[in-house]
Amino acid sequence: MKFLRELLDKQKPLFHKGGKLENLYYLFEAGETFMFSPNHTNGIKGAQVKDAIDLKRMMITVVVAMIPCLLFGMYNTGHQHFLAVGETAGLWEDFGPKMLLGLQLVLPIVIVAYAAGGLVEAAFAVIRKHPINEGFLVTGMLIPLVVPASLPLWQVALATIFAVVIAKEVFGGTGMNILNVAMTARAFLYFAYPAQISGDQVWTYLGDKAPVDGFSGATALAVAYNAGVDGEQVSTALASHNSVLGDGLFSFVNLFVGWIPGSIGETSTLMALIGAAILIGTGVASWKIIVSGFAGAYLMGLIMNAFAVNEYMAMGPEYHLVMGGLAFGVVFMATDPVSASQTETGKWIYGLLIGVLTVIIRVTNPAYPEGIMLAVLLMNVFAPLIDFYVVKANKKRRLQRATV
Amino acid sequence: MELISLGIRSIFIDNMVFAYFLGMCSFLAVSKKVSTAIGLGAAVVFVLTVTVPVNWLLNEFVLKEGALSFLGETFATIDLTFLRFIMFIAIIAAMVQLVEMVVEKFAPALYGALGIFLPLIAVNCAILGGSLFMAQRDYTLAESVVYGFGSGTGFLLAMVALAAIREKLKYSNVPNGLKGLGITMLLTGLMGIAFMSFMGIDL
Repeated sequence: MKFLRELLDKQKPLFHKGGKLENLYYLFEAGETFMFSPNHTNGIKGAQVKDAIDLKRMMITVVVAMIPCLLFGMYNTGHQHFLAVGETAGLWEDFGPKMLLGLQLVLPIVIVAYAAGGLVEAAFAVIRKHPINEGFLVTGMLIPLVVPASLPLWQVALATIFAVVIAKEVFGGTGMNILNVAMTARAFLYFAYPAQISGDQVWTYLGDKAPVDGFSGATALAVAYNAGVDGEQVSTALASHNSVLGDGLFSFVNLFVGWIPGSIGETSTLMALIGAAILIGTGVASWKIIVSGFAGAYLMGLIMNAFAVNEYMAMGPEYHLVMGGLAFGVVFMATDPVSASQTETGKWIYGLLIGVLTVIIRVTNPAYPEGIMLAVLLMNVFAPLIDFYVVKANKKRRLQRATV
Repeated sequence: MELISLGIRSIFIDNMVFAYFLGMCSFLAVSKKVSTAIGLGAAVVFVLTVTVPVNWLLNEFVLKEGALSFLGETFATIDLTFLRFIMFIAIIAAMVQLVEMVVEKFAPALYGALGIFLPLIAVNCAILGGSLFMAQRDYTLAESVVYGFGSGTGFLLAMVALAAIREKLKYSNVPNGLKGLGITMLLTGLMGIAFMSFMGIDL
């Protein structure tokens, strides 16, 4: 540690004003504060906050909260592959090879997302002279978790660069964006290269092996939608689907724990809830958004039940909470403190509408089997408007109280 | 029921701004503040709700092929659809003038609030677009009232959302070259992605 400190101190003058490399100051600063806690203090003027939590710690907490999802996603990627090619049946059989395969597939995506995003971030930091934030560590981790493991790496890089530049850096960097950066990356991929991120074939990595006879790579959402079209009861359709892979691939418990095909990190509601516990416990994410997001989806499910015209609408609302990426999206995407509503009342409305819209899109829109991505983006767009009216109502209430 | 689904469709799915990119000039220019955005949006709702049905009457009884047959046998083959653009625009301009005078006379407060926006929207392409879509899709009179109101409301919603975002953008650090319209264009594209969530819903 001491050695590192001395090394950094020696280099420091080079990067300060007047030094040879002063243009690269923020790169140096990023490296330094990554390893040592920054000792910036405010001047006499301005707010004095005595708290250990800063942007860096906040962002790292989010990364830590995502680790259960990431590890589970790696194992599940391997597990789904071995299931689909018929080499294993048991959940914990071949633990080593499954984890290894998952690592081989997921790690490159994480590395590419970090490298591409990091390069753009560093370039902007140097040119626009703003510090590099750990915010991009969160984005770089979120993007791999919301794409399928079979996605080509160049698409990961392209989407990351697009999202970091268009959704974040043009607004001035961390804390100033309007839309959630990771969701923008996924939406970009979804509309630019739909073949690699939608349909039935992409969710399970097969490699060059042939799948077992009768294998279908459809996700639970696609199965449920098709059951609605065919007029089959959704719970039976889910239970009988893909029976070649063993009984009950889409049983409620499996959907909850996440042993199902899907994007890398979003399959498991359980792991997302563990992440939610970490985020709420540390006070990083708003529990109001998470609770109202789930509540909105459940309520909309109940309303759909009441007006059901097909089997999908009649499906038990609890299934909406465990299928697809709702839990992951509500916990990690909707709670993004920058693009979410800032006011406390606004957070309730914002979360509730995300849940409601997700279910509406899932059930009524044949173009998108999953709705959470666009629901989060749409509510990001309307979050400032919600805040505007909450603030306005608050002003009105306080004016009535005022006696001048 | 049909009318309700048409209304919802014209607000969200066939949104004037994000599905057809119509009315961009006022959408971009008058969305700096939420209060003015509401003013212009309300004017658009009002004018669309009036002009689409009026143009429907014009289309149905004057312009359509065979519409003039009530004048007699010889008029039954006359097709005046090539006059649609100019007639619709004339009606819109006249209606806006009329509305302006009525509002000025009977609701001076509203007139003051709308100010320059009322005459401005005579040349808003979303208004002409509304009438042309009505003619193209063969709406009935009731449908055209609902469609005019719905697409106006969609425009209002898009505009107010953009204005709220732009008020928040004051705290952002936008690069110099992109300040003002540049970042607003980018924002419109990003909002368009978000509005894609409704495309494809079949009501």
